[in-house]
Amino acid sequence: MNINATLLAQALWFGFFIWITMKYIWPHLQRAMAERQKQIAEGLAAAERGKQELASAERRAEEALNEARARAAEIISQAEKRATQIVEEAKAAAKAEGERMLAAAKAEVAQEVSRVKEDLREQVAALAIAGAEKILRREIDAKVHAQMLAQLKQEL
Amino acid sequence: MATGTTQTSTDYIGHHLVNWSVGEGFWTFHLDTILVSGVLGLAIFFAMMAAARKATSGVPGAFQNFVEMVVTMVNNQVKDTFHAKSELITPLAITIFVWVWLMNAMDLIPVDFVPLAMHAAGADYFKAVPTTDPNLTFAMSITVFVLMLAYNFKFKGIGGFLHEALTVPFGKWLFPVNLLFRIIEDIAKPISLALRLFGNMYAGEMVFILLAVWAGAGFLWVPFASLLSLGWGLFHILIITLQAFVFMMLTIVYMSMAAESH
Repeated sequence: MNINATLLAQALWFGFFIWITMKYIWPHLQRAMAERQKQIAEGLAAAERGKQELASAERRAEEALNEARARAAEIISQAEKRATQIVEEAKAAAKAEGERMLAAAKAEVAQEVSRVKEDLREQVAALAIAGAEKILRREIDAKVHAQMLAQLKQEL
Repeated sequence: MATGTTQTSTDYIGHHLVNWSVGEGFWTFHLDTILVSGVLGLAIFFAMMAAARKATSGVPGAFQNFVEMVVTMVNNQVKDTFHAKSELITPLAITIFVWVWLMNAMDLIPVDFVPLAMHAAGADYFKAVPTTDPNLTFAMSITVFVLMLAYNFKFKGIGGFLHEALTVPFGKWLFPVNLLFRIIEDIAKPISLALRLFGNMYAGEMVFILLAVWAGAGFLWVPFASLLSLGWGLFHILIITLQAFVFMMLTIVYMSMAAESH
């Protein structure tokens, strides 16, 4: 164990390395680390804000969805109401139409009946006259009774 | 055979304990210590400097991450212990921890590798672990001691420093005793700091050398010696880290004692 000038040389090395560390290593690293710390803190804060915003957006979306659901239900009930209304209206119209057609048919039938009656009456008159003619032709001179027959024809 | 082995063992051990040196008397320089510590220091501190210069506050690269991890660990120790404001303490602690750890780690290289390589390169003797040289440990502890004195003056002033030296711990009437105590206390700090590191590393290196001698004693011993060497190496990983940490920690404690009046 001999102490000699090596000690001086080593002290110089030591001082030199301390100087390098103090001047060129520690300050740079310290700054970078402090800056990173700040960035991470900011990042975490931003993430927290983002989370809150997401929650509020979800809440808004939920509200909008609920509103839309309510609206849809309302529209459906209205449509159903309208549909039954239309059906009722159609029913009423059909009934009225049917009644109208029935009345017309009845009127036509009545008309036909009166026309047929008229025809019948004329034919019965003609038959009666023809019958009477046949009877009278044997007994009565047509000329004598022509006047009476014409009068009869008019009365029928 | 037996005498021959003893002879070569002694030579072998002795050979491992001599520094590669130039110069005479006090003006002797241990080239191996200066070279290894300098190369290791330059390599790691310039690498760290490059990392620090490129240091980004974004996602750090692997090396930057590693450096930041070490630096943060050291800085936390400093923050826990040293409460005054100082731009020097953390860099000082970082330098000590990183440099001492690296120099200690040279111990994990098998004992003959570096000396043999250097022998081939022309150096007759070579001690690969700079921290087994007391010159280095004392250089560091005396530098710390000087800084300690400087901090005493800086934070307490000359008056405050003298007052503390003369009145603590027994009050002003026993000032010669106080002063004597203070001198012993302060001298003991650098000596214990240097000898603790030196002793631990020297002893660890010695165990490796002895295990290597054992392995060289005969073919049958090789497995045992290798196994023990592996075990001691694994254990030594703990020791080199612990010694680097202790040197750093005590430096911080001494500096904080220098900065705070007690």
